[in-house]
Amino acid sequence: MAMDLKEIETLIKEAISDAVIEIQDLAGDGNHYSATVTSKEFSGKSKIEQHKMVYNSLKGKMGNELHALAIKTKEQ
Amino acid sequence: MDDSTKNLIQSHIDTNEVCLFMKGTPEAPQCGFSMTISNMLKILEVNYKGINVLESQSLREGIKEFSDWPTIPQVYIKGEFIGGCDIVKEMYENGELKKVLENKEINFKKN
Repeated sequence: MAMDLKEIETLIKEAISDAVIEIQDLAGDGNHYSATVTSKEFSGKSKIEQHKMVYNSLKGKMGNELHALAIKTKEQ
Repeated sequence: MDDSTKNLIQSHIDTNEVCLFMKGTPEAPQCGFSMTISNMLKILEVNYKGINVLESQSLREGIKEFSDWPTIPQVYIKGEFIGGCDIVKEMYENGELKKVLENKEINFKKN
């Protein structure tokens, strides 16, 4: 099952409103993405917490519909 | 997650200083992300235990709940969850992984 790039972006935006998101469809198959998320909300949080915020924004799709999303988080 | 799965995961973490929950084995990884982490640990000559979650559906789902982390691979060092593929890869690249290994007194190849 594949997921649309826009859909991923929208979900992250809904949860982390100031997020600047760069997404790449790595294989062109709608299944392997790489996302760089930059937000002020990451400041003071560990990498694990930052990544969890992104995972949580995807509402359980990670590991299911979305097989592979490489995440990089940056504090603004 | 049932108690036996939880106890099994806990015992892996307790009895192995460095634990990699992965798809496949260190000799034959079944997923690129698992292979990436496995290779980094090999390069650093870390003595780690690879646990193949594909051998058991309850383990495969259980580890996600146990760590509250939705993806595999997952790395534990001395009982602490360090991260998944992206985080550990970043730590490997920026040298933080070596610091963690050093702080936790795990043997690895220093240079």
